[in-house]
Amino acid sequence: MKKIINILLAAFLAIAVATPAYADAITDATHKEEKALNPKEIIFEHLGDGYGWEVPFNHHKRIPLPVIVKVKDGGFHCFMSSHLEHGAEYTTDGCTFRIAGKDSPYKGKVVQIVDGKEVKPSIDISITKNVAALLISIIFVSWLLICLARYHKRNPYKAPRKGLGFVELLVEFIWDSVVKSTLKDQAMKFAPYLMTVFFFIFGMNLLGLIVIFPGGANLTGNIAVTLVLAVLTFLVTNIFGTKHYWKEIFWPDVPLWLKFPLPIMPMIEIFGMFTKPAALTVRLFANMMGGHMIVLVLTLLIFIFSAINPVAGGATTVVSVLFCVFMLLIDVLVSFIQAYVFTMLSTIFISLAQEKEHEEDEKEAHKLEEKSYREEKKHATETPAPTLAGN
Amino acid sequence: MELFTPDFGLIFWMFVGFGILFLILWKFAWPVILKTVDNRADLIDKGVEYAQNAKIHLDNAQKESEKMLNDTRAQQADMLREADRMKTQIIEEARGAAQKEAQKVMDAARVSIEQQQKEAEKQFRDQVSTFALDIAQKVVKKEMANPTAQSQLVNTYLDEIEKNNDGKKNNAAATKG
Repeated sequence: MKKIINILLAAFLAIAVATPAYADAITDATHKEEKALNPKEIIFEHLGDGYGWEVPFNHHKRIPLPVIVKVKDGGFHCFMSSHLEHGAEYTTDGCTFRIAGKDSPYKGKVVQIVDGKEVKPSIDISITKNVAALLISIIFVSWLLICLARYHKRNPYKAPRKGLGFVELLVEFIWDSVVKSTLKDQAMKFAPYLMTVFFFIFGMNLLGLIVIFPGGANLTGNIAVTLVLAVLTFLVTNIFGTKHYWKEIFWPDVPLWLKFPLPIMPMIEIFGMFTKPAALTVRLFANMMGGHMIVLVLTLLIFIFSAINPVAGGATTVVSVLFCVFMLLIDVLVSFIQAYVFTMLSTIFISLAQEKEHEEDEKEAHKLEEKSYREEKKHATETPAPTLAGN
Repeated sequence: MELFTPDFGLIFWMFVGFGILFLILWKFAWPVILKTVDNRADLIDKGVEYAQNAKIHLDNAQKESEKMLNDTRAQQADMLREADRMKTQIIEEARGAAQKEAQKVMDAARVSIEQQQKEAEKQFRDQVSTFALDIAQKVVKKEMANPTAQSQLVNTYLDEIEKNNDGKKNNAAATKG
C-alpha cells in the first residue's frame, strides 16, 4: 500500500513539474530562440568564483561584495561588485573597470580599461564569493570551537551534549585516533595545526553543500584553497623535520652507487617531498569538485530534457531530485571523509619527518637486550639447581 | 578554466584566513579543549582502575571473611574438643583421687580393725586368764577335798577354751585373706 502511494506521488510530481516546464519551453521557444542551453558554461560558472553571490530565485540580483584591485602604476581601488553587474563599466579615481566578457582571455575577471583595451590589474585581492565563503567558514569554525572551549572551561569534567557533543565527538575522534596515536609524545606540538586543518576543511565542505547564501561556494573544490592547505602541511613537515629526515632524503641508506656519482635516490626522495602535497591538493580538490559537479549535472539534466520534451523533463525531474538528494547525502559523508583523510595524511607526513635516528634506537635496543641477557645469566647462576633437577 | 589555475586573490585570502583561524584556535580553543579532553580521559581511566581495584578488594574481603569464619569455626571446634577432653580428664583424675582416698580410708579402717581385733584378742586372753584364775580359784575353793576331780575339771575347761580360741583365729584369718 505504501509503495503504491509512493509511486502515485512520484507520477503526480512528474506531471505537476512537467506542466510549467512545458510552458517554459514554449515561451523559451517563442521568445528567446537563440538563447541555447550551455551546460558546460553553467556548471563552470557555479563551480568557479564570482564577484557577487547569487541569491536563489533571482538571476539578476547578486549580493554585492567588495572588489579590491591594484592597477599597474597606481594604488589600490576598492568598490562594490554591484557596480559591475551585467558587464557595466565603473569609473573610480580615473580608472575604469569591468568584468571581462566571454571572449576575453581574462574571462570573468575584473579588468581595467585602458585606451579601450582590457588590462589585467597587477593585484586582485577582491572579496569574491569564495573569499566571502572562506571568511564565513572561519567565523563558523572559530565560533563552534570557542563555544566548546568555553564549555570546557566551565565544566572541566563534563562531556557536552547535543550540538557541542557532536563537535566534541569529532575533536576526540581526530585527537585520539589520528593525532595522538600517530605522533605520540609530539602530538601536542602539532595538534593545533592538524585539528585546525580538519575543522576548517570539514566546515568549508559542509558550508559548500548548503545551496543558498551562507553556503554554496565550491570552496574546497577550488584548487587554490587545497593548494594552500597542502603547502602549509609541506611547510610544517619540512620546517620541523629532524636531522634524520633530511639525511634520509639526501643520503639515504642505500648502496653507494645509487647515490654517489649520480644522485638517483636523493632525486627520487626530493621528488617525493613534492608529490605528497600535490597528492593532498588534488585529492581534496577533485573529490569536492566532483561532488558539486555531479549535483549540478543532475540538476541540469532537468533543463536539458525539458528542452527536448516536456514530459521527459518532468520524469527526469523526479529522478534528478532523488539522485541529487542522494548525492548530497553522500557528499556529507565525503566531506567528512576528505577532511579526515587530509588530516590523517598530514599527520602521517609530519610524523614521518619526526623520526629519530635509527642507530640510536638500535643502540638502545642493543643495550636493553644485553641488560636482559645479563640479568638472565645472573638469575641462572643464582639458581642453577632447577634446570639440572628438571633434567 | 580558472578552476584548475589557482587564483592569486584566493590564495592570498586563504593564507590570511587560515593564519587568523589558526591563531584564534591556537590561542583560545585547542589548549583548553585538548587539555580537558585528556584530563577527562585520565579521570575516566583512573575511575575504571579504581573500580576494578575496589572490586578486587571486595572479592578478597569476602574471601578473607569466609576464611576467618572458617578459622574461627575450626578453632571453636578445637576448643570444644579440648574442653571435652579436659572434662573427661578431670573426671578421671577425680575418680582416681577418690578411689585412692577410699583405698586409704579402707586401709586405715582395716588396720584399725586388725588392731582392735588384736586388742580384743589380748583382752580376751587377759579375761580368759582372769576367768581361768577365777575358775581355778573357785575349783580350788570348792574341790579342795577331791584333788583328782579338781584337776580333771581344770583340764576340761582349759580344753574347751583352747578349742574356742582356735575356731576364732581361723575365722579372723579367713576374713583377712
